[in-house]
Amino acid sequence: MTESEANQGFGAPPPLPMGAVIARLAGIGLLVVVIAGLFLYVGGWLTPHALTPAALVDTFEHINGVQSGFRRNHAKGVCVTGYFESNGQGATLSRAQVFQQGRVPVVGRFALAGGQPFAADTSHDVRSLALLFKTADGEEWRTGMINIPVFPVNKPQDFHDFLVATSPDPKTGKVDGAAVGAFLSKHPETAAALKILGSGTPTSGFSDSSYYGLNAFRFVNAKGEDTPVRWWINPDLTAAPPSVETTDKNYLFDQVIAQIHSGPLRWHLIVIVGQPGDPTAEAASMWPADRQQIDVGTVTISTVESEDTSPTRDINFDPLVLPDGIRASDDPLLSTRSAAYSQSLTRRDGERKIPSAISTAEVQK
Amino acid sequence: MATTTTSPTQFAFLLRILHWLMAACLLAMLFIGVSMVTSVGNYHQLLAIHRPLGISILILALIRLVTRLMNRTPALPPTVPPSERMIMKLSEFAMYALFIALPLIGWAMLSAGNYPIVMFGSVHLPPILAPQPMLYATLRKTHTILAYALFLAFLAHMSGVLFHTWIVRDHFLSRMLPWTVRAKGRRAGEI
Repeated sequence: MTESEANQGFGAPPPLPMGAVIARLAGIGLLVVVIAGLFLYVGGWLTPHALTPAALVDTFEHINGVQSGFRRNHAKGVCVTGYFESNGQGATLSRAQVFQQGRVPVVGRFALAGGQPFAADTSHDVRSLALLFKTADGEEWRTGMINIPVFPVNKPQDFHDFLVATSPDPKTGKVDGAAVGAFLSKHPETAAALKILGSGTPTSGFSDSSYYGLNAFRFVNAKGEDTPVRWWINPDLTAAPPSVETTDKNYLFDQVIAQIHSGPLRWHLIVIVGQPGDPTAEAASMWPADRQQIDVGTVTISTVESEDTSPTRDINFDPLVLPDGIRASDDPLLSTRSAAYSQSLTRRDGERKIPSAISTAEVQK
Repeated sequence: MATTTTSPTQFAFLLRILHWLMAACLLAMLFIGVSMVTSVGNYHQLLAIHRPLGISILILALIRLVTRLMNRTPALPPTVPPSERMIMKLSEFAMYALFIALPLIGWAMLSAGNYPIVMFGSVHLPPILAPQPMLYATLRKTHTILAYALFLAFLAHMSGVLFHTWIVRDHFLSRMLPWTVRAKGRRAGEI
């Protein structure tokens, strides 16, 4: 269509002078550049060195290599099922259905910290138990707990830097002592946390370990009252000293598998009730020992299955999948865990699956 | 094609309102989405907005699609050449498809990834797919790619309308302005 034709239509005015056309085109261009620039900025393209979930998971991959199909951390694990029997004691603090008196099915996973799915078990590896409670109302509570009462760091960037400083050099296989020292001198909270961790001795295995939720959360009850809490689970079994390490690379897993085959394992779920002023954004420190502890029920683990066949392999134990009645605290590590776990899930779900060290045959022994 | 004398000068009122409401929601959504996936500290809070806002957009898009199909649309000004008409039709179709596909893929993706689809409080949606890890990974990538496509489509749409309105000066934007613009006001030379 020519200009003259266009001008015959309704409302089309005579053409603009060339200068005005250029100015208006530039205006449109500028608007596009500003909006696209904001989009790029918000999406982190202009700040390539900022800590992102992808960068955090890249660091795990750098340390451990890309282990196709496995979790980027807590890679070696075995799946379990059971149930939670709530005694109703938690209901005054949280309106979540899981704390109403009754039984809730649970799926979970025992694992060892670290991104190596085929490493030999050792007694000093950090052990984890992740649980998913699913109530009849369709709500879910997922929690990933480890057998140490404090986390070494408080902040996301510190976690990344701590990970880098304490990991063995992939070439020499040695941890750089100077790098660890430099980190600790800048982070007294980490030095203090490591002192607490160093004072405890590991127990004989997964079954007699306590597991801690680490981060603080908030419980909200039916009246809308909000309480800072932390939780941990306390085993019915009396803690035994570490067993002598054997040539069995999977001795910790084989032990817990045999125990579950011979009878269910139980833990009491304990809620620690925070007082106003207790820090909720410091996973590296414990609350005072005199805080009220409420036993809200028992977790029973009754069956065990290899990741090779269990659908639990593909569950992201994101600590911020919470029912109404449990909320995130202001701890920035919670959102970081959520984001990094999601990144790990997205990567491993799209990869070829390699059979787990804890195979179906291992679980049936 | 309808002639200018019988076709309305503006889109139906509800469509105009939905257009601007959805524009605000979608732009917010695109920025929340792109920010959330690279954020460690704000990831959770942004995601908590992303899910219910996405479902709201899906509902608005379905209402808008039905309204769009049930109402007559204003004719394009004669300043729009036939080649451009085709591009406009295709891009309108693509944008409607993205408005509906993006939230649906988000919902399907969370279902395949075995996540609960939490809206707010205890309100959550049922899964629309069984858990399937490989499908989750594919849908997750698709969600990102289509979101980028929608952002590019938005920039092109905005630039095209502004080009017509500011440079061709054919009152293109008045077809979608939320307030009433009368045809007799569209005199030659008036912007």
